[in-house]
Amino acid sequence: MIRALTYWLFRYRRTWQGTVVVSVANPLLFLLAIGAGLGSLVQGDVEGVPYLQFFAPGMLAAAAFQNAFIDAGFGVATARGRERVYQTAVATPLSPGEVMGGHLLFVALRVFVGALAFVVVMACFGLVSSVSVFVTVLLAATLTGIAPAALVAAWAVTVTDFPRLNTVFRFVVMPMYLFSGTFFSVEQLPAALQTIMYALPLWHGADLCRSLALGTATPGMTLLHVAYLGAMAVAGILIGRVTFRKVLYV
Amino acid sequence: MALIEAEGLEKRYPGTDFAAVAGIGFRVERGEAFGFLGPNGAGKSSTMRMLACVSQPSGGSLRILGEDPVVHGRALRARLGVVPQDDALDLQLTVRENLIVYGLYFGLSLKRMRAKSAELLEFAQLADKAGERVEHLSGGMRRRLTIARSLVNDPEILLLDEPTTGLDPQARHILWDRLFRLKSAGVTLILTTHYMDEAEQLCDRLVIMDKGLIADEGTPRELIDRHVTREVLELRFPPGEQEQAAEKLGGDVEVLPDRLLCYADDGDEVLTRVTEVGLRPLTALVRRATLEDVFLRLTGRSLTD
Ligand SMILES: Nc1ncnc2c1ncn2[C@@H]1O[C@H](COP(=O)(O)OP(=O)(O)OP(=O)(O)O)[C@@H](O)[C@H]1O
Ligand SMILES: [Mg+2]
Repeated sequence: MIRALTYWLFRYRRTWQGTVVVSVANPLLFLLAIGAGLGSLVQGDVEGVPYLQFFAPGMLAAAAFQNAFIDAGFGVATARGRERVYQTAVATPLSPGEVMGGHLLFVALRVFVGALAFVVVMACFGLVSSVSVFVTVLLAATLTGIAPAALVAAWAVTVTDFPRLNTVFRFVVMPMYLFSGTFFSVEQLPAALQTIMYALPLWHGADLCRSLALGTATPGMTLLHVAYLGAMAVAGILIGRVTFRKVLYV
Repeated sequence: MALIEAEGLEKRYPGTDFAAVAGIGFRVERGEAFGFLGPNGAGKSSTMRMLACVSQPSGGSLRILGEDPVVHGRALRARLGVVPQDDALDLQLTVRENLIVYGLYFGLSLKRMRAKSAELLEFAQLADKAGERVEHLSGGMRRRLTIARSLVNDPEILLLDEPTTGLDPQARHILWDRLFRLKSAGVTLILTTHYMDEAEQLCDRLVIMDKGLIADEGTPRELIDRHVTREVLELRFPPGEQEQAAEKLGGDVEVLPDRLLCYADDGDEVLTRVTEVGLRPLTALVRRATLEDVFLRLTGRSLTD
């Protein structure tokens, strides 16, 4: 698995500077815009805190989730399709499972670096009250990304036409991105939609990040969120082991 | 013990109703160069992928280095070198990085691979391109790099799927020369091709494949002796006159869409007869018989249509 990861690190060596700049610039712009402009349009507090404080951890979770989908979805489909990275790797002693594991580790690393940049920017805006908040929120955001990544990779390796990925991105990921309690409270949604959102992974990720950032986390809910996201990651890995083998050992 | 033994080997892909490989048997001995010659879709690559232990046979038996590839795939792949039909090099990485990463896949250390990659680049005549991105390499250079890559683990068997397809004559000759060297160093070569001259140049023994089956097997010389005469006279006539001409001439004649092939041990003798019976071909050429003629005889089709 580490052997398969090193390939991605070699490639990352070429591009990491650029991706880090984007990872910092993105939250910086959003938080500036909300803090200085949009936020003042929102009357009063949301769920008991000023809008910027509410928004930042939600956006953090949403970004981790979205980045994970892009890396695991488009990244995996390209590695299997046009670039044939996987086919090269499985001609060596590496197994399809290890090839998948290596790529997922890399996705996790990228999600982690993105979340780290985001939390550092949050700290600059005075939104991180202590080191322990910094660490727990960072880990929560990373988990929010990793959880769907394996499942997305397990599916993406079977996808040969790219437009399908775009469709899923537009009609599955974007709605989740917008409505999972990331930018506004889920409680503002109609009851039926609320129930659906509670069942989806990004709400768990966003609520986990926000409750840890605001210091409102309860052991029960935290455990529930972590268990949900952890189970999703495990399920993805188990399914991925099957789909990767099926696709790569034709 | 043969290095590779296949018996009734089959490959059916899920969702298709025909066999890409429909029951083939062959043996490859240590140190020989063994070829699969066949047209597009014959099942060459499907066979190669089974030999490379990344594709499970659908039927029959296959033993590689005495082991079952389905059970011992991982250990076997450590002892094989694979040159796939499409290079599948990483275009974003440099020439050297492509080798290093591949070596790491085999569990070799970074230090070891730094030394090894220099050695392999020397062998592939790419030393001056080491730091260049693969994107910028020509087709021939990429092919040589793929061969260099396949050698990182000092394989006992090297599997080459159409090693020279799409290369210009000079690039092909450089590549053949490298393959000769490997063979002299004791590496067993298994290659596929649809070039007869390549099969005649490189292969000690070969099988002719068509539609998933083996049509015949032997050394290039044996196959030519068995199926065709020593020489071939090629005649071209205006369209529509070929059939008549063939009838008039008689003897061992194959009618192709664009020309007649007359098999004979002495082509000039036939050519004399052509004029004697009053035929006026547009062109006439006497040449030695090749594997192409063998293929034509065995399948009734030309290899490169
Ligand atoms: N992954 C696959 N799924 C379904 N069918 C396949 C697959 N790979 C090959 N085939 C089919 O199997 C047959 C044999 O293909 P194969 O690639 O083995 O031929 P080949 O001799 O290598 O041809 P070429 O000279 O074009 O490379 C073809 O009809 C091809 O369409
Ligand atoms: Mg092929």
